[in-house]
Amino acid sequence: MIHSRDPVWRFLLPSFLFVILFSLYPILDSVRLSFYRLILTLPWLGQKFVAWENYHDLATDPVALNSLVTSLIFVAVTTPAEVLLGLGMALVLNESFRGRGWLRAIVLVPWAIPTVVSAQMWRFLFNDRYGLFNFVLFGDATDRYWAPLAEPGLALMSIMVADIWKTSSFAALIILAGLQVIPGELYEAASIDGASSWQKFRHITLPLVKPALLLALLFRTIDALKVFDLVFVMTQGGPADTTNVLQFYGYKKSFAEGMIGYGSTIAVAVFLLSLILSLIYIRLLGARLLAQERSP
Amino acid sequence: MKKIIFMAGVSVIGGFSLLPFLWFVTTSWKTATEISAIPPVIWPSFHWEHYHGALAQHGLLRYIANSAIVAGATTVVSIVIASLAAYALARFKLRWGRYYLLLLLALSMFPQIAIAGPVWRLLSWLGWLNSYHGLVAAYISLSLPFAIWVLATFFKELPRDIEEAALIDGCSRWQTLRLVVLPLAAPGLFTAAILVFIHAWNEFFFALIILTYPAVQTLPVGIALFPGEYTMPWGEIAAASTIATLPLVVLTLIFQRRIVQGLSAGAVKG
Amino acid sequence: MIGEEIIASLVVKNLAKSFAGTKVLDDVSFAVADGEFCVLLGPSGCGKTTLLRIVAGLETASSGEIQIDTARVDTLPPGARDIAFVFQNYALYPHMTVFENLGFALRLQKVPKIEIQDRVAEVARLLEIDTQLQQKPQQLSGGQRQRVALGRAIIRRPKLFLFDEPLSNLDATLRASMRVELAKLHERLGATMLYVTHDQAEAMTLGEKIIVLNRGSIQQAGTPGDIYHQPANIFVAGFVGQPRMNLFEGRLNEGGTALKAGGFEIDLPAALADFGGAYRRALVTVGIRPEDLVPCDPREAWFSGAVDFVEDLGSDRFVHVSCGKLRLVARLPARSQIQRGEGVNLKSDFERVHLFHENKRLVMDAP
Repeated sequence: MIHSRDPVWRFLLPSFLFVILFSLYPILDSVRLSFYRLILTLPWLGQKFVAWENYHDLATDPVALNSLVTSLIFVAVTTPAEVLLGLGMALVLNESFRGRGWLRAIVLVPWAIPTVVSAQMWRFLFNDRYGLFNFVLFGDATDRYWAPLAEPGLALMSIMVADIWKTSSFAALIILAGLQVIPGELYEAASIDGASSWQKFRHITLPLVKPALLLALLFRTIDALKVFDLVFVMTQGGPADTTNVLQFYGYKKSFAEGMIGYGSTIAVAVFLLSLILSLIYIRLLGARLLAQERSP
Repeated sequence: MKKIIFMAGVSVIGGFSLLPFLWFVTTSWKTATEISAIPPVIWPSFHWEHYHGALAQHGLLRYIANSAIVAGATTVVSIVIASLAAYALARFKLRWGRYYLLLLLALSMFPQIAIAGPVWRLLSWLGWLNSYHGLVAAYISLSLPFAIWVLATFFKELPRDIEEAALIDGCSRWQTLRLVVLPLAAPGLFTAAILVFIHAWNEFFFALIILTYPAVQTLPVGIALFPGEYTMPWGEIAAASTIATLPLVVLTLIFQRRIVQGLSAGAVKG
Repeated sequence: MIGEEIIASLVVKNLAKSFAGTKVLDDVSFAVADGEFCVLLGPSGCGKTTLLRIVAGLETASSGEIQIDTARVDTLPPGARDIAFVFQNYALYPHMTVFENLGFALRLQKVPKIEIQDRVAEVARLLEIDTQLQQKPQQLSGGQRQRVALGRAIIRRPKLFLFDEPLSNLDATLRASMRVELAKLHERLGATMLYVTHDQAEAMTLGEKIIVLNRGSIQQAGTPGDIYHQPANIFVAGFVGQPRMNLFEGRLNEGGTALKAGGFEIDLPAALADFGGAYRRALVTVGIRPEDLVPCDPREAWFSGAVDFVEDLGSDRFVHVSCGKLRLVARLPARSQIQRGEGVNLKSDFERVHLFHENKRLVMDAP
């Protein structure tokens, strides 16, 4: 349906406006601000153009480097864990059994509740005097209880547990969608060829669910870089900066300390990191989009 | 035998997802002593004081009202704008249509910090900080990429013939959308609306930086900043959390099928 | 059928299947001899696909027995029945090449690689897909995919081949040529085949034995000739034959000497006097195939009327005639000049007429 008089602009203008105002312009402005020294709480200092000084500071800032490493560890651990758990959940949800609707709803609950609520919930579970976590580990021996959120070694792990709990179901849903596209006939043909359940999984399910796995992996990677709510509520970046992930560090600098210039530098760095990952993702996904449109 | 392993798997998954949350909910009804008891008390004594405390002393109702207004407004406006854009992208043959969609996808991946500062300054300059419309404006731009993707996928699946018949009958594009497509696409719109609503209700980062006066703060901010320096009032936090999440859990349980469809719509087709 | 002394390769005994209260298959029994090509023919929803899938083990029957080569198989999973199944939509593994698709079953059985290569090459050559071995299903045409599906079945050298409407996704020309190829393939392999279709032309071309099904029960089992020339009931008579057999109500007269139908009266030949006597006043359904109605003089006419519509197919002319209350279709030779609106007189021969009483074929014996 090609109509040269389609009211393209009328239909698309509102969304353009929002996109330009609240996405494109801010990104450009962040880049611009990263070249300035600007402190919110000291407005009389004005804006001082400092060119690459902020970037130099960023490169030599041990806290920033630590932030990057922390974020990368976080992504490297939570993403595979969530995709694996998601795969397990999706495989179960793909079978038809009584109560499947209920299970699907239950699995959605962690996704549906606000992240800050789940953060408070896990904070409670990890409590050092009466948290369930400690009870499960040590029983009545309260003197041996850990304070996971206050121990440098354990804090990051606790945040990761909370994140895995919250978002595995999202990965599960994406993978489930991929599983459901596999035609049932393929499994029937394999039955007739004499394949066992394991062989069917290995030769049919796994190869055909790979695109969905890839999608889940990439979505979760990008989201893992954005973790903030959990850190804010559970550890505030501590103890000793062991949970000071990139987004939190940027927040602290920009809003808690008011150093918008330097904060913008961090923001730009994080943005570039995400952009690179997004481009890889779009490349892979785009290739498949084009391939899909070619096949009948 | 296989069946037993399977049912065990089902129970583990169900338990994993639900039990931590249930534990927190039951905490809201326990007395302070029950909460800090070791070994933990499983069955609460249905003690409603924490709820009174949360509502009366911590102004929970105000937070709920704020969240409702913000999430509601965001949903309505987002869906309208997204429908228009999605329909155009799905039906008008635009060579750059696919690129715009991909751009939207890329935008949705921006970490909030990348745009937070300038957005804050923009809203400050407009005088929209600590206002509903300020936050709603920010939220709309956050939801648009996702809403447009879901709706575009949905519109593409509708049979073209009916729309073509309407055009032949003399309808304009706008009329076709309003009178023919939207009624057909109602389920998809509904799904997208639920997803936008849940996302807006749960959003924290922008609410935190844009709303600094307690009078306008939304629920997530209220729960995150729950006062308590030395001893956390877990009972009250649990009560507040339960109230905060109750509507969402109910929504999710009722509409789980649509939500699953909507979330995976982009995944498979896109 | 059952009870006959055949070393049958497939025996189905009293198979029944109910699903959610509806009877899908009702006491179905038949046998397919070793090397025979048997077609299950029927309209959609008649249960033929369900029957096929039960034989394959993809579904279970509510009751009844299945024997492949005299061994009971109904408790065995599909993989253990030594059968091959060709799906309507081919069910090719999209992520595997043609080579891998063909060799999959062998791979599962841990057949050595060299042997797999040989057998795949052999089958590919037979089906003329040897140049496509490294391609994926999406890159193949419909006809090629169909051959791969066939190849996947052939390579396993099974006891029994099962086909689920394999040609229905091909366009008409391709279907016609594939029909011939399948027939030749059967000749070459000599395998036992059970083939499901709703297309009676396919059934007539391919089948050595046809089993006509409707609403879950067998209407008739026999050779294509039996089915065509001696249909056992009204359903079979109307289902097989293109264009459809003319079927209408009639009644034998008081004395059993004439057949009355649609306002016309047709005298029975003297040779059928006894038959007529036995069935006097009986209510019957009359069946006459279009090719058995010939134009004639008014004096000999059984039916007369005006031509409503002419279908000129080039090789044949089918005229639709309104005769009194009857609408008849007659096949006329191509050179016939009869046009719409003209009057026409038709007659037939009682040797070619089918009579059904209470839905059963009447045998009209001349003494």
